[in-house]
Amino acid sequence: MVSEQPLLEARNIVKSFGRVQALTGANFTVYPGEVVALVGDNGAGKSTLVKTLVGVHPADSGEILFEGEPVTIHTPQQARAIGIETVYQDLALAAEIDPAANMFLGREIMRAGPLGKLGFLDKAEMRKRSEDAFNHLGVRIQDTTAPVANMSGGQRQGIAISRAVTWASKVVFMDEPTAALGVVQTRNVLEQIKKVREQGLAIVLISHNLPEIFEVADRIEVLRLGERVARLRPSDVSMEDVVSAMTGASSFHEEDDR
Amino acid sequence: MSEPTAPAEERPPSTLQRIASGSSTQIGLILVALIVVFSLLSFESFFAIANARNIATDAAVLLVLAVGATYIIITAGIDLSVGAVLVFSGVVAAKAMNGLGGESLGVILVGLVVSLAAGLAWGLFNGFLVAKAKIPAFIVTLGSLGMALGGAYLITGGVDEREVPFKLVANFGIGRVAGIPYLVLVALAVAIVLGVVLAQTRFGRYTYAIGSNEEAVRRSGVNVDRHLIKVYALAGLLSGLAGFMNLARFGTTTIGGHATDNLNAIAAVVIGGTSLFGGIGTVLGTVFGVFIPAVLQNGFVIVGVQAFWQQVAVGGVLIAAVYLDQLRRSRQRQ
Repeated sequence: MVSEQPLLEARNIVKSFGRVQALTGANFTVYPGEVVALVGDNGAGKSTLVKTLVGVHPADSGEILFEGEPVTIHTPQQARAIGIETVYQDLALAAEIDPAANMFLGREIMRAGPLGKLGFLDKAEMRKRSEDAFNHLGVRIQDTTAPVANMSGGQRQGIAISRAVTWASKVVFMDEPTAALGVVQTRNVLEQIKKVREQGLAIVLISHNLPEIFEVADRIEVLRLGERVARLRPSDVSMEDVVSAMTGASSFHEEDDR
Repeated sequence: MSEPTAPAEERPPSTLQRIASGSSTQIGLILVALIVVFSLLSFESFFAIANARNIATDAAVLLVLAVGATYIIITAGIDLSVGAVLVFSGVVAAKAMNGLGGESLGVILVGLVVSLAAGLAWGLFNGFLVAKAKIPAFIVTLGSLGMALGGAYLITGGVDEREVPFKLVANFGIGRVAGIPYLVLVALAVAIVLGVVLAQTRFGRYTYAIGSNEEAVRRSGVNVDRHLIKVYALAGLLSGLAGFMNLARFGTTTIGGHATDNLNAIAAVVIGGTSLFGGIGTVLGTVFGVFIPAVLQNGFVIVGVQAFWQQVAVGGVLIAAVYLDQLRRSRQRQ
């Protein structure tokens, strides 16, 4: 795995908001088909780093390599075009429309023939494909014609994950997918993450929850004060080691790659 | 693969339950109830064809405005300028037809095109300022209300344009097919076409989605600004059409007669179950919402209640409609 080419690699990413420097030269690496956890204390720059990689906030400077080639990711569309999808922390669902409409938002399937040319939607097809995607990930939605507003937090998370997984061809970013969920629903999301890995997609999991990370992650990258300070394997370290890397109590300093 | 984790209350509602809870159905039932009550009280006069025709013609122009307002309110916007744009469009259309002179169909068609173009231009103006300059729709359309109405006064010197081609009034304005006035047919056609567009097309889907979560729609790659401009342009175009229908009906520009059209249109939309917070609404509900005030007005006259009570009753219905919408939302957001 060490010799494998990274799928996505960020080098020396700098991003400031006004006078606040959120990322001070951060590195980050994702390998194909792995679950990598991005951890760090509040304010370490996790969400900012993710937003630079998925095109919500373009970086001020630094380099992003995708499958070894330099790429420009300045909009979410550019990220999507190379196979990157995001499950945002706020989920980015439109609550008044139904799950299938959210799944296909911006990518609607039109009816065949002249009606499609006039802009008519093929609602049945979109509903069927959405239900397939939900079943595949084990997301239980009894009434796929009801607005998302009627659904539970776990169901909404499931819809957002299904959407990202359906459209991603390489990597899915998940920003704190379990933060707002109860015990059972969190279990469901972890099961969903494992299923996505089985499909061969890479997952970047941003989380605070170390037991959760130790359960599903293949690797951990630790961010502190806007830069990467450690790259760990859950099999080699304890949770205490991760905490000390996050807080700076110990330095694994592994900068400038292996 | 594991036991069901969803609690029982997440079971889907039956189709019947869903229909019963749909607000456009509720408001339709209220409309039917009103019609039944008034016809029981005075069957002959309420159901007389002339009366039904009156109600429908009164409602036709307002319905065209209200269909545009439905789209705008579903995007969580507002358009206060519709009445003023109606007047402006009618004025420039009347000026154009009188400038050409004569009674030919060609002249009347020029009038129609001018009226539609004027309305469309105001709609684009509103949409551009709302979507690109990010000025609140309330302020933008309040401004364009003043500008369009002031413009109409400037063009006419403050005096209504009383001359329009006679054929326009005689044929289109009071003409009818199979007993149904042309104006009503035009309004119904507008409602049906735009009702289907809203419910079945991508244009309608984006309208709902933007009103529901604009940021989510942006992140999904949809050009939100362009869609908003189109929605305001559509409302402007419909105001232009309404301006032409108004000319045909009255044969004069009625500059002073549309000060509350905007509020009547918004009231009809909201009574019809469209949410002022965006994301929810139907054109069918708006059709019901337009006819409730019209039926109340006529019904009160016929049964001998002072017609002023209609305004009181419509005000009450409006407040109740918004209250019900808020109740529904707070139930959902628990």
